[in-house]
Order: sequence, then structure tokens, then C-alpha cells
Amino acid sequence: MYDAKKIVPGILIFVVLFTFPLWSNMGKAAPAPKPELPKTEKVCVMDTAYMKTEHMVLLNQWRDLVVRDANRLWVGPDGKEHFMSLQNSCMKCHSSKVKFCDQCHNYAGVKPYCWQCHIEPKENM
Amino acid sequence: MNASQSMVFSLVAVGILVCLPLIGVTAGMTSLFGVIIPYAAVVVFFVGIVARVVRWARSPVPFRIPTTCGQQKSFPWIKADNLDNPSDTKGVVLRMILEVLLFRSLFRNTRLEFYDGPKIRYASAKWLWLGAIVFHYSFLVVFLRHLRFFTEPVTPLVTLLESVDGFLEVGLPRLYISGLALLAGVTYLFLRRVSIPQLKYISLPSDYFPLFLIFAITATGLLMRYVFKVDIVGVKELTFGLATFHPVVPKGIGVLFYIHLFLVSVLFAYFPFSKLVHMAGVFLSPTRNLPNNSRMVRHINPWNYPVKVHTYEEYEDEFREKMIEAGLPVEKKE
Ligand code: HEC
Ligand code: HEC
Ligand code: HEC
Repeated sequence: MYDAKKIVPGILIFVVLFTFPLWSNMGKAAPAPKPELPKTEKVCVMDTAYMKTEHMVLLNQWRDLVVRDANRLWVGPDGKEHFMSLQNSCMKCHSSKVKFCDQCHNYAGVKPYCWQCHIEPKENM
Repeated sequence: MNASQSMVFSLVAVGILVCLPLIGVTAGMTSLFGVIIPYAAVVVFFVGIVARVVRWARSPVPFRIPTTCGQQKSFPWIKADNLDNPSDTKGVVLRMILEVLLFRSLFRNTRLEFYDGPKIRYASAKWLWLGAIVFHYSFLVVFLRHLRFFTEPVTPLVTLLESVDGFLEVGLPRLYISGLALLAGVTYLFLRRVSIPQLKYISLPSDYFPLFLIFAITATGLLMRYVFKVDIVGVKELTFGLATFHPVVPKGIGVLFYIHLFLVSVLFAYFPFSKLVHMAGVFLSPTRNLPNNSRMVRHINPWNYPVKVHTYEEYEDEFREKMIEAGLPVEKKE
């Protein structure tokens, strides 16, 4: 092999860089998040599978309905009426942002910017 | 293969690659598509790239190839172009940095035009450069953003990228510019290939297949994020399990995810054997990574075998008597 003095470090840099996920987590097991579900309520505003993956879509619809159409009442698929509000509806049942929303979001690496304006519920820990 | 055959062939190949996990995962082969194939693909990727680079490094480059665009270093009163025609390592490093990060050679792309009958002229053609920049950098951002699936706690780099990438704050989940840019970039690279006749003529399945594959990966990724959502928490359990060598296959991740993962695995495994390996090859381009010092340093051809020489002295020793007899001049009489 020619130029081994440059080729070998080059290959090493490539391998070390590209295996970053393998060595940076070595030995660490991260358990899947367990968001703390509300104790007093049984069901969410939509079915759980939908909420798990599409809750941000629902929030977006709510936001548009409230802010653009001045419509604050929403009837869920189960016929129950809900007051459309991030702070006063979602966070009424899911009373802890840290123990609920943040559990998943930290794990999935998302940081919703909503809380720049909307007020988080007070955490009583 | 001609152009349309190449295109159909590549399209069918990618179609089959989409169907395999669709059928396999529906039939319950989640650990094959979620664990075994990704691991195998990554092993092929690393072994393949290293083998390829070592193979390149075994071919000697015994001379400098000064395909440069600037004045070579010569007399002190002639201004040398140290960036385009470097004679030392510093210049070469700068040239390589510009090449790798800014695609400087592509920036010099020209187009041949006919005008006024038989006259020709060369015009600058920067669209390819722009398309390549958009494509590669958006791919890089998308690639780095995926580190959120492979690190826990998620590296701050990802959080930073997400906030910059999604700064438009359009929609929820919020739109990432890099995703759209990547789709636009790969689409442009494809349209360019089919709309320029000369380029279409020389295009082969090995040109179309990677484009279609990357298009399919981008499309499934965007669909998964914005349209047919999958359980991201489950996805991370799977990917993080892969990264920590504790593979788990959570139930209930949408099949779209397995299609995406399988296509990415194919891309990884295909990488070392295709044109895509220019990721490593760009660092070994002899026209870019060697200083043009042919006039300062003697470069010996490493495959030179010892040449049998017969010097004049030896010749004269052999034929001296006959030469003297014939009256020819000799250097050493006797
Ligand atoms: C009436 C009370 C109530 C309201 C209002 C409510 N939720 Fe829920 N939510 C629940 C309950 C109870 C569950 C657990 C359901 C289950 O276990 O099947 C749940 C589950 C969820 C889940 C799935 C968690 C998991 O891991 O299973 C998400 C995500 C969620 N809610 C988000 C929201 C968002 C966002 C809003 C506002 C748009 C909202 N919820 C409004 C009561 C509520
Ligand atoms: C720039 C500040 C700001 C940001 C950031 C913001 N909102 Fe809002 N949001 C508002 C204001 C102001 C209203 C109107 C409040 C009202 O009329 O009651 C509102 C209303 C809403 C409503 C309906 C009313 C209510 O009480 O909740 C929803 C739902 C909502 N926003 C969701 C979101 C979500 C989800 C995000 C994050 C993705 C977000 N907002 C980010 C300012 C903001
Ligand atoms: C079951 C886990 C889970 C829970 C619980 C959860 N989220 Fe999420 N949320 C996610 C995931 C995963 C994403 C990212 C989806 C993606 O990246 O495609 C997300 C994204 C979002 C987004 C969009 C962020 C963006 O910038 O794109 C908003 C807004 C949001 N969640 C609000 C909430 C709120 C408010 C709660 C608490 C009431 C909540 N979520 C609870 C998993 C969860």
C-alpha cells in the first residue's frame, strides 16, 4: 500500500466518525419512556393509538379552529364535547408536562416551541 | 442498455425493493427486516469502503497530474496560483477543503453552445453545482438529524439542527426545510439527466438506480413524518437497540418504517460498490490531492524493473580491437 501514513489515519477517522452511535452509547441502555397517564380520566379526546402518533396534528387543527375560526368547542368522535385548548384542556387531564409530554419528547428529541408563549402547568413534585 | 431501458430497469428494481419489506413485514418477518438486514448492510458498508480505499491505495501514482487552472510556481517574478496549482502541502490542503466542502471543480462546469451557424462558445453552467450543493448539504442535515434515533440523551447537535431546520414553524409536526430541499435536489439531478440529450445518452442503471433509491428513501421519510405517521417512540426503541447491540423489535411500528429502513439498508450495502463511493474517492483524486511539484522533486516510478544497460565503455571494451582494426576512433587506446 502506498501512502499508508495518510491512508490509515484517513480510514481510522472515517470508521470512528461513522460508528459514533455505536461507541457513544456503549453500555448504556435507555428504557423506553413511560408517560404518566391521568389517574382520574380513562380516555383521551381521541383513541390512544391516534393520540400517540398524531396528537400534534390534532393540536394544529385545534389551534386553527380557535385562532382563525373563533370556534372553541370541539366534539370528539365519541360525541363528548371538549374545550379546545392546549393549556386548559390537554394539560388539565395531563397535569404534568414533565412527567407526560417531556417523557416522550426528550426521548424522541423533539422540543415543541409552544411553551415559549403557552404557560406550562405548575409541576407539583 | 439505452436510456429508457436503464430507467425502467432501475424503476423496477426500486419497486421490488419497496415490495420486499411490504410483503415480508406483513408476513411477520420483523426481526429480519428490523435487525438482521440493517446489521448486515452496515457490515458490508464498512468492510466494502475500507477494502475499496485499500485497493485504491495499492495503485501507485508515480507522477503528478497537473490538470490545473493556474500558473505553476516558477520564477519568483511570475505570480504563481497557489490555490489552483499548489506546489506544497498547504496549498493542496486548501484546494482539497474547497473541493470537498464547496465542490469547486463543479463550479467550473461549462456548457458548449452553438450560435450564428457553426460558431461555438463556452458558457458557464452553474446549475449542476447549485443542485449538487443543495442535494449534498440537505442530505447531510437529514443524516445528522437522524442521530436522534441513535443517541440517548439526544445530542445537542440534533436539537440545534432541528430548531434551525424548522425555524419556519410551519405546520405540526413542523416542516423541516432540509427534507424538502433533499427531495428537490434529487428530483433536479434526475430531471437534468433526462432532459439533456448527451447526458441521457451516457446514463446507465448505475446512474438512475441510486437516484431512484434516494428518491424513494426521501419520499418514505417525508410520508412517515407528515402523512402516515408511525410510532416514533417504538422506532427509537428499535434503532437504539441496534446501536447498543441489544436489538428489540417493538410491536406496532407501521410497515412504512420497515420500507424506509430496508431501502436505507440497501443504500448502505450498495454504497461501496457504486458511484456513491465518491464520498471516499474524492479524498483520493490524484488531480486534486497532489502538489504540482514535478519540476522540484524527482518522482520515481515504483514499478520500474531494473533495466539491463550496456554502457558505451562496456561496448568499447567488447569491440575495441575490431574498432581499432577498422580505424574507428576509440576513447581508451590499448
Ligand atoms: C379528558 C382528559 C384528556 C384530555 C382533555 C386529553 N387527554 Fe390525552 N389522554 C387521556 C387519557 C386518560 C389517556 C390514556 C388513554 C389510554 O390509556 O388508553 C391519554 C393519552 C394520551 C396520549 C397517549 C399516551 C400514551 O403513551 O399512551 C397522548 C399523546 C395524549 N393523551 C395527548 C393529549 C393531547 C395532546 C391532548 C390535547 C389535545 C390531550 N391528550 C387531551 C386524557 C386526556
Ligand atoms: C408566539 C406565541 C405562540 C406560540 C409559539 C404558540 N402559540 Fe398557540 N396560541 C397563541 C395565542 C396568542 C393563542 C390565542 C389564545 C386565545 O385566544 O385563547 C393561541 C392559541 C392556541 C390554541 C387554542 C387556544 C388555547 O387556549 O390553547 C392552541 C390549541 C394552540 N395555541 C396550540 C399551540 C401549539 C400546539 C403550539 C406549539 C406548536 C403553539 N400554540 C405555539 C400563541 C402562541
Ligand atoms: C407517546 C409519546 C408522546 C407523548 C405522551 C406526547 N408526545 Fe408530543 N410528540 C411525540 C413525538 C414522537 C413527536 C415527534 C414526531 C416526529 O418527530 O415526527 C411529538 C411531537 C409533538 C409536537 C410537534 C413538535 C414539532 O416541533 O414538530 C407537539 C406540538 C407535541 N408533540 C405536543 C405534545 C403535547 C402538548 C403533549 C402533552 C400533552 C405531548 N406532545 C405528549 C410523542 C409524544
